[in-house]
Amino acid sequence: MSANIAEMERRREAARMGGGQKRIDAQHAKGKLTARERLDVLLDEGSFEELDTYVEHDCVDFGMQDQKITGDGVVTGSGTINGRLVYVFSQDFTVFGGSLSKRHAEKICKVMDTAMKVGAPVIGLNDSGGARIQEGVASLGGYAEVFQRNVLASGVIPQISLIMGPCAGGAVYSPAMTDFIFMVKDSSYMFVTGPDVVKTVTNEVVSQEELGGAVTHTTKTSVADLAFENDIETLLQTRNFFDYLPLSNREDVPERPTADPWDREEPSLDTLVPDNANQPYDMHEVIRKTLDEGDFFEIQPAHAANIICGFGRVEGRTVGVVANQPMVLAGVLDINSSKKAARFVRFCDAFDIPILTFVDVPGFLPGTSQELGGIIKHGAKLLFAYAEATVPKITVITRKAYGGAYDVMASKHLRGDLNYAWPTAEIAVMGAKGAVEIIFRQDRDDPDKIAEKTKEYEDRFANPFVAASRGYIDEVIYPHSTRRRIALGLRKLRGKQLENPWKKHDNIPL
Amino acid sequence: MFKKILIANRGEIACRVIKTARRMGIATVAVYSDADARAPFVRMADEAVHIGPAQASESYLVADRIIAACKQTGAEAVHPGYGFLSERASFVEALAKEGIAFIGPPAEAIAAMGDKIESKKIAREAGVNVVPGFVGEIRDTDHAVEIANDIGYPVMMKASAGGGGKGMRLAYSEKDVREGFESVKREGLNSFGDDRVFIEKFIEDPRHIEIQILGDQHGNVIYLNERECSIQRRHQKVVEEAPSPFVTPKMRKAMGEQCVALSKAVGYYSAGTVELIVSGADKTGESFYFLEMNTRLQVEHPVTEAITGVDLVEQMIRVAAGEKLAIAQDDVKIDGWAIENRVYAEDPYRGFLPSTGRLVRYQPPVEPWADDGQANGRRGVDGVRVDDGVFEGGEVSMFYDPMIAKLVTWGATRDEAADLQVAALDAFRIEGLGHNVDFLNAIMQHPRFRSGELTTGFIAEEYPEGFAGAPASDELKRVLAAVGGVIATADADRARRIDQQLDSAFYAPGDWTVRIGEREEGSSTYEVRLGEDAITVDGEPVMLEMEYTPGDATVSVEYGGSEEGDGEWLTLQLRPTRTGYAVTTRGATHHLRILQSRIAHLAGHMIEKEPPDLSKMLICPMPGLLVKLHVAEGDEVQPGQPLATVEAMKMENILRAEKQAIVGRINAGEGDSLAVDEVILELE
Repeated sequence: MSANIAEMERRREAARMGGGQKRIDAQHAKGKLTARERLDVLLDEGSFEELDTYVEHDCVDFGMQDQKITGDGVVTGSGTINGRLVYVFSQDFTVFGGSLSKRHAEKICKVMDTAMKVGAPVIGLNDSGGARIQEGVASLGGYAEVFQRNVLASGVIPQISLIMGPCAGGAVYSPAMTDFIFMVKDSSYMFVTGPDVVKTVTNEVVSQEELGGAVTHTTKTSVADLAFENDIETLLQTRNFFDYLPLSNREDVPERPTADPWDREEPSLDTLVPDNANQPYDMHEVIRKTLDEGDFFEIQPAHAANIICGFGRVEGRTVGVVANQPMVLAGVLDINSSKKAARFVRFCDAFDIPILTFVDVPGFLPGTSQELGGIIKHGAKLLFAYAEATVPKITVITRKAYGGAYDVMASKHLRGDLNYAWPTAEIAVMGAKGAVEIIFRQDRDDPDKIAEKTKEYEDRFANPFVAASRGYIDEVIYPHSTRRRIALGLRKLRGKQLENPWKKHDNIPL
Repeated sequence: MFKKILIANRGEIACRVIKTARRMGIATVAVYSDADARAPFVRMADEAVHIGPAQASESYLVADRIIAACKQTGAEAVHPGYGFLSERASFVEALAKEGIAFIGPPAEAIAAMGDKIESKKIAREAGVNVVPGFVGEIRDTDHAVEIANDIGYPVMMKASAGGGGKGMRLAYSEKDVREGFESVKREGLNSFGDDRVFIEKFIEDPRHIEIQILGDQHGNVIYLNERECSIQRRHQKVVEEAPSPFVTPKMRKAMGEQCVALSKAVGYYSAGTVELIVSGADKTGESFYFLEMNTRLQVEHPVTEAITGVDLVEQMIRVAAGEKLAIAQDDVKIDGWAIENRVYAEDPYRGFLPSTGRLVRYQPPVEPWADDGQANGRRGVDGVRVDDGVFEGGEVSMFYDPMIAKLVTWGATRDEAADLQVAALDAFRIEGLGHNVDFLNAIMQHPRFRSGELTTGFIAEEYPEGFAGAPASDELKRVLAAVGGVIATADADRARRIDQQLDSAFYAPGDWTVRIGEREEGSSTYEVRLGEDAITVDGEPVMLEMEYTPGDATVSVEYGGSEEGDGEWLTLQLRPTRTGYAVTTRGATHHLRILQSRIAHLAGHMIEKEPPDLSKMLICPMPGLLVKLHVAEGDEVQPGQPLATVEAMKMENILRAEKQAIVGRINAGEGDSLAVDEVILELE
């Protein structure tokens, strides 16, 4: 018996040391924490409970039978973040470069299966050189086992991927199918084929950072959602982020206490929208002044900034916020902003997170790059996402709601539950000038007449009352009362029941 | 007395006049431009008349529109405030023609004092000291020596056409004059093609001190003591106080009497200010000289009000209505000390760049325009007075003066007034635009300011490299570290009150490692422990009393006291960051990285990234179109010089140089669409 205890201790110690002190030092020298240190930062103190500590690979080729390291390059188990259950796996770059063996994959699959069973999120900490090449097809099979679980878990439990080192080749597709990807600047990268292969095949010279670094993926490609400065910042912010998420699609959104009064008025919002319709203003101000304590966790802030997506709380309960940003491209909808918001809306809908939509949209962006880039299909994604969403939807039109973009942005017609408008709202097919130039085409050479008709059109449509008179707007509200209206609306909508017709799944225009 | 007056001004001074008029039972009329339609002074007035577009030249400066507004509303008198039409004799005359009273001095006095040379002549004739100098032609070096001996040393020899420091020489003795005169002449000839030289008394350690005058239409003139406004930046007053730490009763009397004599000489009535330049090097206080007279109410009038209890606006209105002064010279006393700070929308951290825009948050330390009745209502609430013309959600417009507010404090002593400033500035919350609150706070704590050794060169001498935040004492940092620990524990405690927990057997951590400083280098790290009944920082107990609820943007802290609560008070403004808080207090923002001590050692593995030297780049602040590049590669640029114009949302934004530099590589061309933070050009 005592021999077994001693053996257990020996193996545990071996597992703790991973690839050994030298490799741990090398990991530190790169500014990276080890797999276990990362879990220490991510999880509540002492809450981590490891599983499969003693797993070893079963490869016998290329001398691998003599190289076995307890745990086989990934630390898995469960723990808590602010007391709430989470399943984790953390790849250990010090063990065979974090490469994925069949057994390594099985460990990941086990925590995913358990998380699915009990209904708790999975956070994956990725730091892996790729497939365990010595294992060949067994490693590829391992990846596919993980992919399959990512897909089945999608929409059932939240899945978060932290990219904290290399993630290349087929390995990228597991994070790609999770809900959110956070990356560490300068020490993480994701690509299907790396710079060397790119150089060989296309003769393009590109650095790892440019091809798949955190900045590239959070600005240009939108593969990742947020980039952080280092491991510690990434892990601490992941803790904050976790507090917004429901544990699964079977659980309600989390609630935590706040001292912020639900009926707090913000008189300064009454003067936010400038007199001049072409002058921008920062939609973040509306969002921050509406949410609890001004606290807003923005997703993809550096990509398609003409639309803002993120999480906040009202009366301590999570809400998802989607808002046009007049500061960037006048808040227009284009390919990137439609895709970004559509995915966000679908996440919220999947996990029963109510959606607040703030609208100031002049329409869809015109131009060949948009049309030829397929704005029809991509714009339809956002329309589709809003239309299928059955969660509580509250919409506030602050200024422009023009054309098809009006319909898209959680309008009444797409089953908006409460559609409010500020007195500055203008709900119309298009701006007055453009409309008049079409309706009164025969007068286009008569500037006086055009001006007169423009004024007439503005007087008729540059307000929320035409839409309100048809019931498309439920109420025209004072900007200063926005938070109170939303808080009350969310309370009343807690009992909302709405189901879409049964189907195997829908066919969103991908 | 008038039944209704019109205020031909805007912003804080319009509010200021309305406040007194209201107390006197006089109805008020505001006039406003397009840009001010939502401004507080418009709401404060009983009536408001729109007088044109935002540009002052088409609204506040158009006398006819003001007069029409008077007629339309039946206003009997006009208070001009300061600036705009306040010192235009023609406006006073135009009002007189319409039978409308001007709440200010007579047109003749305005005209006489409006001319720099004429006013100096009148001053000399009235027996006021003027800076001794010689303006005529100087024959040769001997003549120059003779003149210099007459004036008294030191003297400044200046090339008449000179400027920018060229062709100037200081002489402390006859020898200096003999050695320098010819070379000044030569420099003048070589640099400006003009060899005429002008010799003037050189004022050492110059201080700007001014005398407040008040007169009626019956020939009575009194002086309401002095104000010192030596702390200036590029001739713009920043800090004003009354009385002056330099002025003795004897000097005050001498200055006051000379200024009264000057006022009488020009038939002055209403409120006015005689500005004097004073040599701080001459401790006798006899070296004060006339600079100019401002024939209006000054921006800094509240400090005089706070120490004398005289409501200057009330007096102006009474005088304009023909009343005799009810106060005699002997009634004018000095009670305590008052300091005014001008809170401007300019960013001291970026070379004092003007920073107009929206006031996303605006919370002054006390309710603006409130008072507790002390000193005739002239000391605000508990010695803190806020005069402003803005509001949260309002705009500091690019069309007018970028002053946000005047913060006036009163205390029994100068130190008390300065301490109150520090406390009030700590609590002044402004977000949405750059402002100088930290800079003002730094001045208020500056040992040299506290010593009273001021000169007009104070800012240039004390901040030669610009401003980077006030220095923090070790004690303050320890307190901030302790506060960081308390806040982090409170935040963690709230976070653990989330529902859906696995179990509730876990406690908020109380051991924190707090690093103060954005980067490892130059920062200090503290171990903070929150025990059952004590907080320790690096093992030493710190007495701390504070109330904090997660989400608070401002907290008040009492530290260093005992159980009885006799410690020092500190107000902090908090902004959450990714790893802690940015805490603003005492004239600086401190970045606190707050980590649980159990993981803090791991932070040592993080590699610090060299931040790009932004001062050497022009970064596009918003996405937009580059419509114009004002410079080419290799150009030398001066601070404030336009570099590029970016159009965003039909608004043109001019990006300017922050410091002197040479333009290096230019990365963008006119017509390019720029993303935020894109580097437009590099500077060397």
